[in-house]
Amino acid sequence: MFYREAGDIKTSYVDDGQTFPIRLDRQLYFSALIVAWGVIPFLVDDYWANAVLLPFLIYAIAAIGLNILVGYCGQVSLGTGGFMAVGAYAVYKLMTAMPEVNILIHVFLAGGITALVGVLFGLPSLRIKGFYLAVATLAAQFFLVWLFNRVPWFYNYSASGQITAPERTIFGVVVTGANSETWATYLVCLFFVTLAALIARNLTRGAIGRQWMAIRDMDIAAEIIGVNPLSAKLGAFAVSSFFIGVSGALFFAVYLGAVEVGEVFGINKSFLVLFMIIIGGLGSILGSFAGAAFLVLLPVLLKNVLVGGLNWPTDLAAHLEFMIVGALIVIFLVAEPHGIAQLWRLAKEKLRLWPFPH
Amino acid sequence: MDNLIFAAEVFVNGLMAGVLYSLVAIGFVLIYKASGIFNYAQGVMALFSALTLVGLMNGQVPFGHLINAIFGTQVHHFGWHLPAIVAIVLTMGVMVALAWIVQRVIFRHLINQEPIILFMATIGLAYFMEGLGDMMWGADIKKLDIGLPQGINTGIDSFTADLFGYGFFIDNLDIVATFIAAGLVVVLVAFSHYTKQGRAMRAVADDHQAALSVGVSLNFIWILVWSVAGFVALVAGIMWGTKSGVQFSLSLIALKALPVLMLGGFTSIPGAIVGGLIIGIGEKLFEFSVGPIIGGATENWFAYVLALIFLVFRPQGLFGERIIERV
Repeated sequence: MFYREAGDIKTSYVDDGQTFPIRLDRQLYFSALIVAWGVIPFLVDDYWANAVLLPFLIYAIAAIGLNILVGYCGQVSLGTGGFMAVGAYAVYKLMTAMPEVNILIHVFLAGGITALVGVLFGLPSLRIKGFYLAVATLAAQFFLVWLFNRVPWFYNYSASGQITAPERTIFGVVVTGANSETWATYLVCLFFVTLAALIARNLTRGAIGRQWMAIRDMDIAAEIIGVNPLSAKLGAFAVSSFFIGVSGALFFAVYLGAVEVGEVFGINKSFLVLFMIIIGGLGSILGSFAGAAFLVLLPVLLKNVLVGGLNWPTDLAAHLEFMIVGALIVIFLVAEPHGIAQLWRLAKEKLRLWPFPH
Repeated sequence: MDNLIFAAEVFVNGLMAGVLYSLVAIGFVLIYKASGIFNYAQGVMALFSALTLVGLMNGQVPFGHLINAIFGTQVHHFGWHLPAIVAIVLTMGVMVALAWIVQRVIFRHLINQEPIILFMATIGLAYFMEGLGDMMWGADIKKLDIGLPQGINTGIDSFTADLFGYGFFIDNLDIVATFIAAGLVVVLVAFSHYTKQGRAMRAVADDHQAALSVGVSLNFIWILVWSVAGFVALVAGIMWGTKSGVQFSLSLIALKALPVLMLGGFTSIPGAIVGGLIIGIGEKLFEFSVGPIIGGATENWFAYVLALIFLVFRPQGLFGERIIERV
């Protein structure tokens, strides 16, 4: 009744090829955009932005990136943390080397640099696959973190070995550094999220996305029907690393402000983003958002309930969080391998026929 | 000349470290061969078993912190100290129970799934067990001492001092670990060749359906395999726990074992041993020769990069079965 394609008549090819062909989808999408762009910036305060909104938006970009690689192209990567570190250090070097250039351009460039690194570490995917590749991407994770830790050029020879974001403005509004405006940092992240989702959605439903999915379903068969595995796999690595690099750049420059690479971009970050797309849904853009929201909100919720409500010690709450996340991964893989996105899909199927299912 | 002697010492120490890597890697190979599951949780199993062993030996109350937090009580210890051998047997019992639960609750429902899904499920399992271990026994660093010899081996020290004028530093524990690892491999090989269950295990590894059709119970074999892997994890946990204390970082030895497996091939026990030795020696020598020039701590990634470069030329590893793919 609420969600249906009947009566939604397309009279031109432009209508037929639009991003969201069904009216309710379109309405939901635009109302989400209006709320995100037009309402939240006026309401947002420091706590909500720093505890929930900024991490959610930034992880959503990383999750979209990883989902392109894992969910659409089927190449499992455990190097997300390392690639985020590339984005962070690239934006840091660019910001300090060229202070007069707009930070937005730096973030794009950082994404581009990460894409190059991603392609480099994606080269083995042409020879090896499955968890051999997953383990091979760990090489990227450990090597990159070591590199940023040990080569002083990357952190501009600072005494602490940390990198700290200098103050930069966009149109006169401070967005990085200690004096940044909360609403402005939120809008910067939102800008990149909107862009990433738009690009990802349109890439994955076009020819390139179909090539990726063919490679995912069976790469040899895909090669026989004329998909070039070299360009498809490396393309996926490049696009995915671009997004992950952008998210790493934002994570450092806009969200944290100061970063110690081993702590922030360690292997746990790789697993966290991987868990996001497993729980959210492999091969779904909406799933990337759902997974990111879920795993950002869960610790906040647990902390408020257990530590704030029941007065548990924080370390117990942290252990419980590990158990819950681990159990959820297993439960989702067993019961619903396509994650929260699939639950939403099922709900839509039900809504189409409601209230007269027969 | 001095450098050569130092290098020789580094070489021997690398050999010993390699033995410990192999110990973890063997656990991976066992499960992978029998069930096609690449068990990322192997390292956490080692941590969990070591935690359980220490907890049992010291008579710690499981979930003590949790109980105290909920009921406001102050229970910590039962007040007994178990002898090591009893605690080891009890821990083995826990690992068997764990194998049963894992098989029953998780992997029975994931039969016929793609290997990569199974791999991700074991990552989830690893997280769960990490939380569970800390929840049960507390997250503080614990000392594990079951009476294994430790410290510098004076015999080798004085022998090499006589020979080269420089005494090699070799830990007694590493020597014991080498012998235990060798003994473990002999026991495993004997088990899989000369017992009924061992033969069934190899049959399952060879071909699930054929094994099923001649009456081998897959369920039982999988529980058995997970138990054996739990046993290997326990041995590895004891060795590493004695060496560097039972703590969170113990679970990271799984990450050390992964490149070993890639190098040796996922399906071969000799491969795991040879791969472990190559990685152990390689990373120690690399750190010794190149490390100081480029900033040190190269052990973190050297093994991975070595394995990665190696894989590009030989995707199935040194001793792995040839990968044949059909459409």
